Amino acid sequence: MLENLFKFMVYPGFLFSGAIGLLAGWFDRKITARLQWRVGPRWYQNFMDIAKLFLKETLIPDGASRMVFFAMPLLAIAGSTLASTIIMVINQTPGVTFIGDLIVVVYLMLIPPLALMLGGFASGNPLASLGGSREMKLMLSYELPFLLALVVPIAKAGYSIQLGGIITYQALHGPIFFSISGVLSFVVMLLCIQAKLGFVPFDMPEAETEIVSGMYIEYSGPALAMLKLAKAILAFALPALLITLYFGGIIFTASGILMSVLEYILILLLMIVIKNTNPRVRIDQAVRFFWRIPTALAVLAVVLAYLGL
Amino acid sequence: MGIKEKILTKSLYVFHLSSGSCNNCDIEIIDCLTPRYDIERFGIVLVGSIKHADVLLCTGSVNRLTVPRIKVLYEQMPKPGFVVAFGSCGASRGLFKDSYNTGKPLDEIIPVDMYIPGCPPRPEAIMAGLLKLIDKLNSKGK
Repeated sequence: MLENLFKFMVYPGFLFSGAIGLLAGWFDRKITARLQWRVGPRWYQNFMDIAKLFLKETLIPDGASRMVFFAMPLLAIAGSTLASTIIMVINQTPGVTFIGDLIVVVYLMLIPPLALMLGGFASGNPLASLGGSREMKLMLSYELPFLLALVVPIAKAGYSIQLGGIITYQALHGPIFFSISGVLSFVVMLLCIQAKLGFVPFDMPEAETEIVSGMYIEYSGPALAMLKLAKAILAFALPALLITLYFGGIIFTASGILMSVLEYILILLLMIVIKNTNPRVRIDQAVRFFWRIPTALAVLAVVLAYLGL
Repeated sequence: MGIKEKILTKSLYVFHLSSGSCNNCDIEIIDCLTPRYDIERFGIVLVGSIKHADVLLCTGSVNRLTVPRIKVLYEQMPKPGFVVAFGSCGASRGLFKDSYNTGKPLDEIIPVDMYIPGCPPRPEAIMAGLLKLIDKLNSKGK
């Protein structure tokens, strides 16, 4: 019991993945600044932002549903922390896997956007409602190619829906990334997590310049800090899931950890470069994009994986 | 210097309110975000919602219509928060002092922590002003 609590709260759960996620957030800001020929913030900037928000007061908007408004940040952070804990624990000891843990992780990762959406609706602000409805449409659009692309590692690993099974398959046969279907589904997955993290071509749910940060608009103080932390943890958990599915997981030796860190930085860098070289698309363009190109690519990848390529 | 002030001064989120300005100050604020000045180095970010802000940056000579809105925005800012009167108009109503449409100066409506004079203030002056605000907050905690 106490051991599980330690796993959830400290390592590899809340504190560990939160710290990595906040560092990833700094990396994003710094690379963005360098690409724009600026200097950028210092490495502890995101930690300071979170610490500051915990010192501020929380305001409850008039006409908001108090319970939903305050329960949702907690739900968001619990969902993303649990997802990252499951991924990291199974990477450490592939033996503790259980049937369907991959599906559990995928659905736990859906909780933060859902919670954020409900929190936005509960705040009673029209801009937050607009952001919520956009988030819902965005989820509808990226979930289809995401789940289709997820079939590829499952099919490659002998139809195993266990993270542990996929890791042990890759330990024996080499990473899934080194096959045609693996590359295709990795590309689709990368575009989908770009949308899941709300990075720029797909950031219309929280567009600062048109609907002033959307669902976050009425949140202040500790509640906002929790939502930001949930997103930071997701920024760690989603690339970690990609590493687990396509690059053979995190192997806990010195060279293995170094490789995983490099892969994580590479995935982040790819997303940040996509983020900085693309304008924000409209919501209908996003739906059309996700249901055409990535879905077609994912279907192709599934067929290739079925044929064993 | 208290730990609370130290954390607060490392990450100031600024909300920018135009209370009937001629738009010149507002353009100069955006200049601070450009590569030449890059105010994000100090952790200062412009935010769109007053609920996220630590600093209410108020430009313009306060006209009669905006007085109640300024009061509402000040109340909506999560405390601890600070007010900066921006430009000559924000500090003293500037050349609109005797206009029929300007009611009261900003510091008689809400408490002002800091003045940045200039018409408009240069980006250097804005950064010097915000850093002075940080120094003031730091000395408060002593």
